[in-house]
Amino acid sequence: MAKVSAGVATSHVPAIGVALDLGKALDPYWARVFAGYEFSRRWIAAQKPDVIFLVYNDHASAFSLDIIPTFAIGCAERFEPADEGWGPRPVPTVIGAPELAWHITESLIEEEFDLTIINKMAVDHGLTVPLSLMFGQPAVWPCRIIPFAVNVVQYPPPSGARCYRLGQALRRAIESYDEPLNVQVWGTGGMSHQLQGPRAGFINTEFDTAFLDRMASAPEELAAITRLEYLREAGSEGIELIMWLIMRGALGTQVEELHRFYHVPASNTAVGHMILRDV
Amino acid sequence: MGRAKPYADIPGTIVFDGARCREGYQLNQFCLSLMKSENRERFRANERAYLDEWPMSEAHKQAVLARDYNAMIALGGNIYFISKIFATDGKSFQHAAALMTGMTQEDYAKMMLAGGRSPSGPKKGPSSG
Repeated sequence: MAKVSAGVATSHVPAIGVALDLGKALDPYWARVFAGYEFSRRWIAAQKPDVIFLVYNDHASAFSLDIIPTFAIGCAERFEPADEGWGPRPVPTVIGAPELAWHITESLIEEEFDLTIINKMAVDHGLTVPLSLMFGQPAVWPCRIIPFAVNVVQYPPPSGARCYRLGQALRRAIESYDEPLNVQVWGTGGMSHQLQGPRAGFINTEFDTAFLDRMASAPEELAAITRLEYLREAGSEGIELIMWLIMRGALGTQVEELHRFYHVPASNTAVGHMILRDV
Repeated sequence: MGRAKPYADIPGTIVFDGARCREGYQLNQFCLSLMKSENRERFRANERAYLDEWPMSEAHKQAVLARDYNAMIALGGNIYFISKIFATDGKSFQHAAALMTGMTQEDYAKMMLAGGRSPSGPKKGPSSG
């Protein structure tokens, strides 16, 4: 049977992708960010996951305001990098895992998580920056990827509690798949940041640290954080942290923290990164 | 009666809710058109003419021409959609963020390097008690 072998949380700041793509990874400003992922790159090279279930949000790339899905799962064979206005990132095509994606889709919908099913979609920095952070700049991504897009752009997004419970159902879905796959679940976005208006540049290190401290040991407390609290305490875009809770829900009650990294700033954002696995 | 908006008193913040989505729909769809390079070229060649192809208000168009991102957001623009405008201009999120805060990009970048905008300021507006 398939197994959820680990969970990875990471920010997905677009400027990180730009820095990598333009060869600025060694600039002191960016080297401090990438240093936080050195352990992670060694670790994942040894882990060799077959599939990554990658929770992220689209940033007006695949979804316009015509259709705004709350939860959307990518069931396609492949997903091309989106042109977000700067031209597409020079990164490999994302290869999907449609058979497992459909199994998860059917399982989650039967558990009353009413997903939107995507058979064609471009993927933006929300998905490709985490891959770059964890894998560097390979000619092909070393595993298959199931994109899972969560609406955090149009208010109201789903609650953190809903995301956490979806993660728990996701684990049941993966563990009922009849093929011995090594599956990781990634939750991306965050941490505190605000990109808009006179409060742009907002960072709340105290909130972020408390969030990181409770990821392993007190996820139920994190799941109780309200939308309003995210907006006030983590900034208008910090509400992306609900996506970390899908990852956390897909892990067991008892987990160990293999790695943690926190850094301010990457452009406008507090970068947070964590690797967890069941004990 | 409308729904309660408990987030309305967060200083310097306009939450992109349903009312904002309705008001800014055409502005945001215009922004999205700039994801295609041929549209970026046409917009750059004659901004006013390109904007006139979209059924948005004059206030929307003036905000775009002035690159007044706060005005766009007040008129229902969403940050991820209006980012296509500054992307077309070859500018970064940090450039736009600095503009919206009324700071130079240099001062804004320094603030971020020093840990960002402090969360110790008011999290509610003056009228919220």
